[in-house]
Amino acid sequence: MNVVVCTKQIPDPAAPYQLDAETHFLERPTDQILDDTDRYGVEMGLQVAEQTDGSVTLVSMGPAGTLQGIRQALAMGAAKAIVIEDPALRGADSWTTAQVLAAAIKREEFDLVIAGTESTDGSAGVLPQQLAELLGVPSLTFAKHLEQEDGTIRIQRQTGYGYDVVESPTPVLVTVTSGVVEPRYPTFKGIMEAKKKSIDVIGLGDLGVSPTLTQRIVEVRSAPERVSGEVIEDDGQAYQRIVQALEQAKVI
Amino acid sequence: MKVWVFIEESQGEPDPIGLELLTKARTLTDAPAVTYLGKGSDEAFAQLGSYGATTIYHIPTDDHLPSAAAAAALAALSGTYDPDVIMFGSTPTDRDVAGRLSARMGLPVISNGVDVLVDGESVTVVNEIFGGGQIVETAFAGRTPYLVVLRPKSFPAEPGGQTTPTVETVALPDVGHAGAALVTGSHVEEREGPQLEDASIVVAAGRGMGSAENLSLIQRLAELLGAAQGATRAVVDAGWVPYSSQVGQTGKTVKPDVYIACGISGAMQHVVGMKDAKVIIAINKDEEAPIFALSDLGIVGDVNKVLPKLIEALEARK
Repeated sequence: MNVVVCTKQIPDPAAPYQLDAETHFLERPTDQILDDTDRYGVEMGLQVAEQTDGSVTLVSMGPAGTLQGIRQALAMGAAKAIVIEDPALRGADSWTTAQVLAAAIKREEFDLVIAGTESTDGSAGVLPQQLAELLGVPSLTFAKHLEQEDGTIRIQRQTGYGYDVVESPTPVLVTVTSGVVEPRYPTFKGIMEAKKKSIDVIGLGDLGVSPTLTQRIVEVRSAPERVSGEVIEDDGQAYQRIVQALEQAKVI
Repeated sequence: MKVWVFIEESQGEPDPIGLELLTKARTLTDAPAVTYLGKGSDEAFAQLGSYGATTIYHIPTDDHLPSAAAAAALAALSGTYDPDVIMFGSTPTDRDVAGRLSARMGLPVISNGVDVLVDGESVTVVNEIFGGGQIVETAFAGRTPYLVVLRPKSFPAEPGGQTTPTVETVALPDVGHAGAALVTGSHVEEREGPQLEDASIVVAAGRGMGSAENLSLIQRLAELLGAAQGATRAVVDAGWVPYSSQVGQTGKTVKPDVYIACGISGAMQHVVGMKDAKVIIAINKDEEAPIFALSDLGIVGDVNKVLPKLIEALEARK
């Protein structure tokens, strides 16, 4: 199967995130990393491609920067990458992003599109469904398990009370949770090969998409901070303080 | 202002988040309408009436995954009745339908919201970002309907505005290949103790518990307190507990009287699901852990040493 995996480069979540004071957009350094959530999609895509003699193409929108996040995914084994970068896309919402990704994916032959359930930096959680609608394919979302058999994709879809088994003919879009597979670590060989793989960086003009602004941020403010209480070192008796706290809260 | 609430049926009843949204919708309009996706029943419709729904557009489901066809049905209804706002809950199916509807109608959707503000014709969505540290308000600037996805527990669910709603049934349209997915099985995980979302005490486990075996401490403490058990995503991904225990951005939102965070560092994605607990007690060996910044009581220490003593003390009180 030909698999397309949607990937995103994000600012390293280990450092605090900042909004630009003027635009209110998230500040993005040039050396963004692969969203950890996407490693699961890339791994799942690679497994399906390996089982079916196919290949994995990465599609990503956002400032290309050093492309180190994309190379992380290529080093895992993806064959090539398409990156859409355009100044007009700064601060794009999920609907704009979905239109851009759909236009890029339609230029490829695909049987399976994989995305994370939501990005770590944006957390919108609706983009894959918008993308599936634009591609005219079913959206199998929140997959915690995925298997393929003769052109049918079957997943376990997480629900609030357990999971449903859902199956669909291809082409289809699947969103995966971070429990779906154990992502492989890039090998040294993979990292070396990734340097030579094709990364096609294109702009909006190449896709014929012109985004329109349909929402605007009107206010950004700090939330009232929760006042932190006492922090104590356990000297072997700290459990008594927890008992006291539970008594004060009148739950015991 | 015409306000609609999309509600999915969950195990035969309106999903609880739908009742939260309907409660909010009553403050925005005198006549909230509900689009109800599921088998439907007189009891379910009566319950929606007791929360003030004046009209119910019932979209019955079959064994197909309904998201694509439900979005098409909603788009058609919207074309006929012209709502200003459609509210969705932040649940898997609601997100599927909202996303597909957005693309079908060529409209944006603002998701992950915690409130909707209406001022005349203007509609603004309030979001909490960076684990709740910052608040962002975003106004819609284009065509209606404005599509909003709201987080669980953003509003209390309170009956009111009792009505006997009119029910109009709308068939799922044929959307071809996009609607081809089938639901072939459904598994309900066995759970003991109170529901996580409704529990007044939650005892939650993080990676710092060290191993799946050590979670027996969490289980015992929860039993003693009549608490529900929660977990971080890392613990769920490790396969130690099922996803239904997950608290946070991609899991459940809880607002208990007491939240006991055991071996939890306090990543943004977890905090967003529990920061509104009345009292937060945290045990973690790393004194720099962000969880301590929002804790009422923080214990720097080995959770696997503190918990057995706490359990012993509570057992002695019984």
